[in-house]
Amino acid sequence: MTDCYKPRDECGLSSAIKDAATAKMPLVVRGAGSKSAMGRPLGGYAMSLTTERMRGVSLYEPTELVIGALPGTPVSEIDRMLAKHNQMLPFEPMDHRVLFGTSAEPTIGGIVAGNVSGPRRIAVGACRDSLIGVRLVTGRGDVVKSGGRVMKNVTGLDLVKLNCGAWGTLGVLSEVIFKVLPKPARSLSVGLGGMNDTTAIAALTAALGSSFAVSAAAHIPASIGSDSTTIVRLEGSDGSVAYGARELAKLWRSFGRAELIEGDESANLWLRVRDAHWLAQPMDRSIWRLSLAPSKAPHVLADIRQKLGVRYFFDWGGGLVWLAVVDADDAGASVVREAMANTGGHATLVRASSEMRHRIDVFEPLPPAVLKLTQEIKKCFDPDRVLNFGRMYAGI
Amino acid sequence: MSKIRFTEPNREILARRDSIINDLTRLVDPAGLITSADECRAYETDALTAYRKMPLAVVLPKTTEEVSAVLKYCHDTGVKVVPRGAGTSLAGGAIPSEDAVVLGLSKMNRVLAVNYDDRFIRVEAGVTNLSVTAVVAENGFFYGPDPSSQLACTIGGNIANNSGGAHCLKYGVTTNNLLGVRMVLIDGSIIDLGGDYLDSAGLDLLGLVVGSEGQLGIVTEATLRILKSAEGARPVLFGFPSCEGAGKAVADVIAAGIIPVAIEYMDKAAIEICEAFAKAGYPLDVEALLIVEVEGSDAEMDATLADITAIARANGATTVRESRSAIETAAIWKGRKSAFGATGRVADYLCMDGTVPTGKLSYVLAEISKIVQRHGLRVANVFHAGDGNIHPLILYNANDPSQQSKAEAAGDDILRLCVEVGGCLTGEHGVGIEKRDLMGCQFDDADLAQQIRVRAAFDPRWLLNTDKVFPLDFRCQG
Ligand SMILES: Cc1cc2nc3c(=O)[nH]c(=O)nc-3n(C[C@H](O)[C@H](O)[C@H](O)COP(=O)(O)OP(=O)(O)OC[C@H]3O[C@@H](n4cnc5c(N)ncnc54)[C@H](O)[C@@H]3O)c2cc1C
Ligand SMILES: Cc1cc2nc3c(=O)[nH]c(=O)nc-3n(C[C@H](O)[C@H](O)[C@H](O)COP(=O)(O)OP(=O)(O)OC[C@H]3O[C@@H](n4cnc5c(N)ncnc54)[C@H](O)[C@@H]3O)c2cc1C
Repeated sequence: MTDCYKPRDECGLSSAIKDAATAKMPLVVRGAGSKSAMGRPLGGYAMSLTTERMRGVSLYEPTELVIGALPGTPVSEIDRMLAKHNQMLPFEPMDHRVLFGTSAEPTIGGIVAGNVSGPRRIAVGACRDSLIGVRLVTGRGDVVKSGGRVMKNVTGLDLVKLNCGAWGTLGVLSEVIFKVLPKPARSLSVGLGGMNDTTAIAALTAALGSSFAVSAAAHIPASIGSDSTTIVRLEGSDGSVAYGARELAKLWRSFGRAELIEGDESANLWLRVRDAHWLAQPMDRSIWRLSLAPSKAPHVLADIRQKLGVRYFFDWGGGLVWLAVVDADDAGASVVREAMANTGGHATLVRASSEMRHRIDVFEPLPPAVLKLTQEIKKCFDPDRVLNFGRMYAGI
Repeated sequence: MSKIRFTEPNREILARRDSIINDLTRLVDPAGLITSADECRAYETDALTAYRKMPLAVVLPKTTEEVSAVLKYCHDTGVKVVPRGAGTSLAGGAIPSEDAVVLGLSKMNRVLAVNYDDRFIRVEAGVTNLSVTAVVAENGFFYGPDPSSQLACTIGGNIANNSGGAHCLKYGVTTNNLLGVRMVLIDGSIIDLGGDYLDSAGLDLLGLVVGSEGQLGIVTEATLRILKSAEGARPVLFGFPSCEGAGKAVADVIAAGIIPVAIEYMDKAAIEICEAFAKAGYPLDVEALLIVEVEGSDAEMDATLADITAIARANGATTVRESRSAIETAAIWKGRKSAFGATGRVADYLCMDGTVPTGKLSYVLAEISKIVQRHGLRVANVFHAGDGNIHPLILYNANDPSQQSKAEAAGDDILRLCVEVGGCLTGEHGVGIEKRDLMGCQFDDADLAQQIRVRAAFDPRWLLNTDKVFPLDFRCQG
């Protein structure tokens, strides 16, 4: 027996999982295999399973705005193919190589398993919103499909969304199908300088409450660069973007003088926001990702900063906060989770040492009734607990 | 005549009716308990009116806690529960059975919070779809999903069926616009999934609950994303001498990278019915009509419409008529949104709801007319063309039992066709009882078995909306 299954197709995938289930032998599931340092650490596993040989675009109908791919397909291959028809994956998935200092290319299966999205999430939804169909192999080795290749589908339970963001704990995806969008004809950014967190979030809120085709909104505080930058991206037809930029400058007059950022400069700025570029170094910092209502973000940050030294910035108009803290004690977990406690939102420890991820909850702890449902769902997909056992939550 | 099977009611439950009712009086406010045959009759069917069953009783709780008490009681004593919003389901999703208690959300219709800064509204599940937009409209905001039934249908029903509407091409369906729910599980426990932020923690249970047709729990509150309205919106009517031309124009618009807010399709039969009802100025000398709506500033709308018009003309459009006023716009949408109601005035109809790949629209339309002719009936087509969600209305006479079975057989053939070309049985109306026994065309046993296991994780005793969605003889295999 090898120490890694590398199935070439769904059939091989199913028999690998059946083998493992029969032997009651837990498997670590990997896409490109680059990111073993994520989620809760999986200790003492004999075997891993990678989908890297299951690759290729399985379906692409540009005129119908759908694309399907096998799970091990590099995201870059999908991007290239779509670009030929001037289309894109709407949700702008982040590339974690920047944060993790790794080199293997992210696969589309890994993106779906993590429900990985980027700045455009606030305008067009997350990965889970673009995902319209999946095939997967459950921990029982059963091949199961859900959704399909059409945009609207309420036939049966939505196992598509259930598996998006399940981190491979329920099934291994063998095909994923997305709806895609035309690339916007034009994209530009409008920025403001010199604002504190509270006014910056207020400016972003004003922009997001307007009708000017805002596709992204971020604030990078002064503590990160030399000066703070508060930016909004507008995307659409030539005319609508130009018009939106003019109107937004007017709307923002009380906040300051708005500046236009175009071309590569704008594109690079959003790549950095997407990939949390400013927090990547130093590598020994732990990184948190907080999801909460934008209006609560400045208070939560002020609260955390009283107790912890952090580097941070805001995406999603303030609704997403990236935080880097020193990887000591509990990597700030008690402070972060206490500050978040009354917001209703949730905090995920994205990067930390394996020891740290072993010791503290990586994902937001679930209330008992939800945890119980989660356990039941795990059991019905993967009764022998062979798939990524314990990656999201202990016992799941 | 009736094709759809119902299970035999549980005699033991029927025999206990009086004591069950007696127990329920202690769990809900007396004004919220309906037991007389006369009053229960209002709950014996939904918009699939060909089928009816009297429920054991109807409860209309006012709070989440009351819902919890009723569900816990029903769970402990083995009584089935059928959740109900406004009863506009076209798939029979809210039709009760004699041994089931209907739990209606109509008294839970309060708006709990509106937050423009964080762009959400939190409401009780019995609030109607239209009233959500009505609340936020004064500040220039709206709620995306706009089913034609929006005046009546509830947010809870929308969540259960993942409802869409004409403007979903751009704004997405319910699942893309829902941030969180409070719901009650069958054992009475109350859970919150998601909230006022994006992407809930843990497994995407919120995504699973949307479209689950009242089988996983009863939603009592919802947090919905609201959006700022565009500066302006303008629908345009395009008339075509052939259905193929209209179908091709839809595909060409999408292929050109233009995503209008809505692309609605009507064939000649539907145009005549809707025009007679709404006097919207629809052209009567064409075979097919597209209503295309664009949004934005005036300049932007002019530019987009110029592109769309060129594509429509290249596909043979003979009529191009832009709305010139708010009154015209309202009339154009009134015609479209009252299509089902207007059809109901001229004939009985069965409304199909399959989705097909947009590239197959012309082929599917041609096949549909053959299918319906083969069964000796007529059809009117009115649907969301941009996303391939078709609504053939099969016209028949309900007083003629043989016609009803023909209509149902034609409907089944149409849905099989949808699956064959790569589509699905239902885009937005749900499976309910109507399409339950066709699930096997779209899913094989392994697919269904996995769905059933997930269902059982929420409701191991199969008490919630028991006879819906999954083929009756399949469920024990879970
Ligand atoms: C909380 C969190 C922690 C993260 N930690 C790291 C990290 O430490 N290092 C890092 O490089 N990136 C990390 N990421 C980023 C993320 O994993 C990657 O961007 C991307 O998902 C990985 O692509 P990959 O192809 O390399 O997949 P992998 O990293 O190999 O896998 C990512 C996850 O998806 C699962 N998976 C992969 N393919 C499939 C499939 N076909 N079916 C089912 N499940 C599948 C894996 O089991 C794993 O749980 C993290 C993200 C988050 C939100
Ligand atoms: C004229 C007409 C036009 C229509 N147009 C459209 C359209 O454009 N787009 C569209 O998508 N649909 C349309 N529909 C279908 C229907 O209106 C929708 O499915 C609607 O969402 C149902 O809402 P309701 O409140 O009436 O739910 P009901 O019919 O009462 O129930 C529907 C289903 O939801 C369940 N349910 C209801 N409330 C809850 C709750 N709180 N918790 C859990 N489960 C619950 C019920 O058990 C049932 O299975 C139309 C119907 C009609 C009659």
